[in-house]
Amino acid sequence: MDGEREALALHAGASVSLTHGGDVVAAEAAVQIQGDTDIVGARQKGRMLAATLGFSSSELTLIATAISELARNIVLYAKQGEIILRLVERGGQRGIMVRAKDQGPGIPDIRRALQGGFSTSRSLGLGLAGVRRLMDEFEIESRVGFGTTVTARKWKR
Amino acid sequence: MEQQTRTISNISSHHAAQSTAELLRQLVAHLRQNRTQLREEWARRITEARLLTAMTKDEIFAEATSVYDNYVEALETGTFEALQAYARNLSERIIPRGVETHEVIGIVLLLRDVLARSLFAKYQNDFALLNCILDAYEPAANRIANTVAVGFVQERERVIREQQEAIRVLSTPVLQVRERLLILPIIGVIDPQRARQLTEQLLRGIRTNRAKVVVIDITGVPVMDANVANNLVQTVEATRLLGATVIITGLSPEIAQTLVTIGVDLGKMNTVGDLQGGIEEAEHLLGYKVVPSGEAADQQLRT
Amino acid sequence: MEVPILKQGPYLIASIQSALSDADLLQLRDAIVQQVGMFRSRGVIVDVTALDVMDSFATRTLRDITFMIRLRGAETVIVGIQPDVAFTMVQLGLKLEGVPTALDLEEGIAFLDKKGPTAGKEASARGR
Repeated sequence: MDGEREALALHAGASVSLTHGGDVVAAEAAVQIQGDTDIVGARQKGRMLAATLGFSSSELTLIATAISELARNIVLYAKQGEIILRLVERGGQRGIMVRAKDQGPGIPDIRRALQGGFSTSRSLGLGLAGVRRLMDEFEIESRVGFGTTVTARKWKR
Repeated sequence: MEQQTRTISNISSHHAAQSTAELLRQLVAHLRQNRTQLREEWARRITEARLLTAMTKDEIFAEATSVYDNYVEALETGTFEALQAYARNLSERIIPRGVETHEVIGIVLLLRDVLARSLFAKYQNDFALLNCILDAYEPAANRIANTVAVGFVQERERVIREQQEAIRVLSTPVLQVRERLLILPIIGVIDPQRARQLTEQLLRGIRTNRAKVVVIDITGVPVMDANVANNLVQTVEATRLLGATVIITGLSPEIAQTLVTIGVDLGKMNTVGDLQGGIEEAEHLLGYKVVPSGEAADQQLRT
Repeated sequence: MEVPILKQGPYLIASIQSALSDADLLQLRDAIVQQVGMFRSRGVIVDVTALDVMDSFATRTLRDITFMIRLRGAETVIVGIQPDVAFTMVQLGLKLEGVPTALDLEEGIAFLDKKGPTAGKEASARGR
């Protein structure tokens, strides 16, 4: 995004490591999602990373849950993909960016997908409208047959 | 005059050959050599302009020294990260002292002026060179002024946001009036952020007080748009997840209409006309039976 | 990771200790259903105090447990949903409709006691 700098950005694919004192060595992490067991890992990493920015406990829960849902969508629809977590900065504000990328079937009707919430009949997956409510910014790119990328950001107040 | 102009144009083409980097080096050297007197002059002019009145002369001089040195270093290295960090740090220190935006911008502009005038004095015999030096100085000086001012303003905005947050927290009390019963009187206009805050405080309060019933009184809320009405509904749902019941009191006809419009089934919501009635209903739910004060206290039954 | 399920009189208490994977949740569901049948329990308490995130799968599984247990004549109550988690759930639209909830273990047991008078009397007679 124009005008946005990534704090301490590293090459994609680097993993987060926290030193004993809690200093963040890297500010970006990419988690491969290949099955439902990777969902918990992705959201816990996201929580850890966001915590370094000083988000409140309820904000951390929001972020972790959003990551969980995005990762779940990958598992349900694309079978595999990745979640990229990145600390970002824009205009003096710090935040976390969560990007869920897959090369799955894509979403045919994005607008409809964004309208619905969780219903009793389909209480799993998508729920993109919900994720959008949890985060401050939300962008989605999807092409049938090519895949989907969802990017969401939450800023520290 | 014409003679002079021709001379200048001849010489300037010679001086133009000097790179910007070389000119800046000369400039930085000059600023370092004259550090003492330029700093003093700047501090003097700050006081004359009645800026930084919240600080003592010594403090002003100390800060002036730091700003000056950072300024010169930014000119020399062409990088501004150190300056940005310093500006934030400086702002954190002086904002609590009551220093205002116009003062910070004022002193930075004064410094620009002090330095520019010293350049005029030094190069007064060589207008062409002076021109070139100023060409090199101007963009850098502007960037520096900008960096410091913006740094200050951003820090100030951050502080204001924090203060607003603190006010919000203080102005939404969750009251425990009886065991297991909480009252949340909401007064005033609610924006989405305040609504979020109310919900968080209420939920924490339910957990801390082990409340089973919550009375949310919105008598003091004049208007509620669909978004906030949604927040209210969410609050009710979240409260239920913590095993508590919500009674809403003081629901005006207008707000009732808003709720219906967003699809709320008011029949399913527990609403009572006024706060008093709400508390009585809550006590009933909790199994309290309040008897007239004439009779002995031991007649208060808890079923 | 297996969730410990304790029998307390007519009730079963499942205390979730940490984040559960999908497979763990399904295993929990099956274990509860099986044990309700085995012990003829009247009620099940699922304590989610330690869950820092309740996503759509967890919510759906808890609802499944509740409905499957009802088919066996028993009632479920979910206790210990954290304030942050509850807040997030409603924003996401996860309401746990039709699933009883209570603040904590004590409230959960009180709820089940009220639900089944015979069971309740038995439980209090044993002086828990």
